Amino acid sequence: MVAYTVKRLLQGVITVWFIATATFFGMHAVPGDPLAADKEVPPEIWANLQARYGLDKPVPEQYVIYLSNMLKGDFGISYTQQNREVNDIIAEHFKVSATLGILAIVFAAFGGILWGALTALYRNRAPDIVIVFLVILGISVPSFVFAALGQLGVVNINNALGFTLFPVAGWGTVQHMIVPSMVLGLGTMAFLTRLMRSSMLEIANSDFIRTARSKGLPATRVFRKHQLRNAILPVVTVLGPSIAAITTGGFVVEMVFAIPGLGRYFVQAVQQLDYTVIMGTTVFYGAFLVFMVILVDLVYGLIDPRVRLE
Amino acid sequence: MAELSFEPVRVEREVETISRPSLSYWQDAWIRLKANRRALISLYIVIGLLLFTVFGPFVWTVDPAAQDLDQISAPPGADRSATVVDDYAVWRGVTVDVPAGGSPPAAELLAPGAVSVHGPAETRAVRLAWDPVSGAAAYRVYRNILDPEPDGALGLPIADVLDPAQVSFEDRLDLKPLTYYYSVVAMDALGNESRAYRTVGVEVTRVITAAEAVAKGLVEDGDTLQPGDTLNLAAHPLGTDYLGRDLLARLMHGARVSLFIGIVAPFAFVILGIVYGSAAGFVGGRFDQLLMRFADFVVALPFLLFMILLRILFGVGAGESGIYPMMVAMVLLSWPGAARLVRGQILQIREEGYIGASRLLGAKTNYLVLRHMIPNTMGVILVTLTFAVPSAIFTEAFLSFIGMGVAPPTPSWGSMCNEGLKTMLTTPHELIAPAAFISITVLAFNLLGDGLRDALDARMRSAE
Repeated sequence: MVAYTVKRLLQGVITVWFIATATFFGMHAVPGDPLAADKEVPPEIWANLQARYGLDKPVPEQYVIYLSNMLKGDFGISYTQQNREVNDIIAEHFKVSATLGILAIVFAAFGGILWGALTALYRNRAPDIVIVFLVILGISVPSFVFAALGQLGVVNINNALGFTLFPVAGWGTVQHMIVPSMVLGLGTMAFLTRLMRSSMLEIANSDFIRTARSKGLPATRVFRKHQLRNAILPVVTVLGPSIAAITTGGFVVEMVFAIPGLGRYFVQAVQQLDYTVIMGTTVFYGAFLVFMVILVDLVYGLIDPRVRLE
Repeated sequence: MAELSFEPVRVEREVETISRPSLSYWQDAWIRLKANRRALISLYIVIGLLLFTVFGPFVWTVDPAAQDLDQISAPPGADRSATVVDDYAVWRGVTVDVPAGGSPPAAELLAPGAVSVHGPAETRAVRLAWDPVSGAAAYRVYRNILDPEPDGALGLPIADVLDPAQVSFEDRLDLKPLTYYYSVVAMDALGNESRAYRTVGVEVTRVITAAEAVAKGLVEDGDTLQPGDTLNLAAHPLGTDYLGRDLLARLMHGARVSLFIGIVAPFAFVILGIVYGSAAGFVGGRFDQLLMRFADFVVALPFLLFMILLRILFGVGAGESGIYPMMVAMVLLSWPGAARLVRGQILQIREEGYIGASRLLGAKTNYLVLRHMIPNTMGVILVTLTFAVPSAIFTEAFLSFIGMGVAPPTPSWGSMCNEGLKTMLTTPHELIAPAAFISITVLAFNLLGDGLRDALDARMRSAE
């Protein structure tokens, strides 16, 4: 177990190094000058600017500096926001994104397990058909449509009530968080419901369920203790990739609901070609995703002892 | 015995003849697919979408970039009749004699006695006149599309009439065939408004002159039109967007972008994946390890972030639509999934008996791979391809939505959604139409993928 963990972590570090390298050389191959301004800049000032951002050195040296700075956890200074460090930007805005993401994944996981279990319980009856139809709809509708519909719904609810129950945009209070996180989790919830349903049906036909029934256990106990518990396991395995889907889906929700998260910031940095912020955010998100997947795999090994971690 | 006194028994071996032609793998799959109603309907929808995209622009020849400024943000089925009128004639307005004397402060000014409409209220001009307010130094005119009562919401100030002798105003600013509420407020010499206002509701009718009708191509000959005739403006079956562009034409041309990326990019990365995966799977050993490690790295890259990075890297020049950079980026990032799958299949097939038999008969490596291995992975590959299409369409839509995809004015479903979102509350049809097309396309490809998976590979069959 320990050896496995160490091995996975080492692989993760190498992967993050690969991501950082790809990002670095990708950004350096981008045509154009990151310091190009609207106004004509005298050559001396331009040279000073280059020196400040370390752009006067040869690319391999810049690469080494970039990597060593990153090891120290320093992503540099923003190009477009004066004297703002990328670390500060990430620290400030990632909190918001993470809160949104955690709420969304919790909503998606609970919803997915609940609906999936319900469909399996009512197989081929009305609730099953309705939920499966909704699931197909949920997988086929793009996230920005959900976000738009969510916002429309919020407007209608507020109009009907006559006061602002859920704010249409912004961030801060619990009311701000509810609708965006539900919208963000919907797609993943549909996917998890589908997975949970097939997992439940597969387990319903297994031997240990038949054994449990034949020894006279009440149906609710068989359902809860034997079927449900085992059916949740595959759902846990896909939580890692789901976190990836949710963080990237967060871009759209953050844009539509005007939430000051890292995703919205990243899109903004891309539009302004703020190179250090783009690189820092990419590497940060990449590392986050890589280690999330590792974490989920390790947790999976803990909750299901049948899985040998090697 | 000159003749045989018995007949020889004929052996009828019909029992052993095969009464039906043997089914190939693909024929069998097709029969199973046909039995799946959902998949079959999805297949028809996909074919319909392709026909819509390829032949639609030949049937509906409206230019997707042409602006119809008479019908901006018109929902489908909006009234598009217009009344023919004479050419525009200048209106001098209404003036009164104002007695000389000082102007009282704004708080003491009354509302105009009445506001009336001179002549017909038309989309080219609404002519207002009001009774003079004694002591007023100027007037301000407000326009609102909602009734100001009960909140006193007068709307936007559209004009200041600074001459107290002038008690009329001609509004020619972007009028639509709606009901407008004009409010007139008197002002004192300092430009402060009185709180009293007089409102008039004006129902505006759409008008067109014969010359305009000819210029817009609505009629051949302007002389056939008489004032008072009604004619219909250009038809837009799905309405128009915020710039007055025809949504149906834009959807057709946008489908070319979205479906082109959605279908060609998966094809390209699946082919790359086949080459990479079959090389790794067939050669095996160290080479396989190395190739797969690299594939693992590429999988670990955060997909959408790198899509955006690569899009910046390839750049979009002036006048380009940015379709190809997006496709190249998608191919560079998406191949590992297909490569892993093909490698797994090849590793499995390599151990099968028929490969050994073929090798025994002297088959070369190329022959083995091309004739036996790749055709036998075709089923799995086809299913992967079908499921890759919706995700490629989603990616295109997402990138265009955040403004990193197809450059305007080239329409794509994603960029149309992005534009439609801004006016979602007032004119939802601009968002609904492209969003519905994306959803239907993705739904059809998902269901078709499910059906193909069930039909092609019994082992992969889902539990549904």
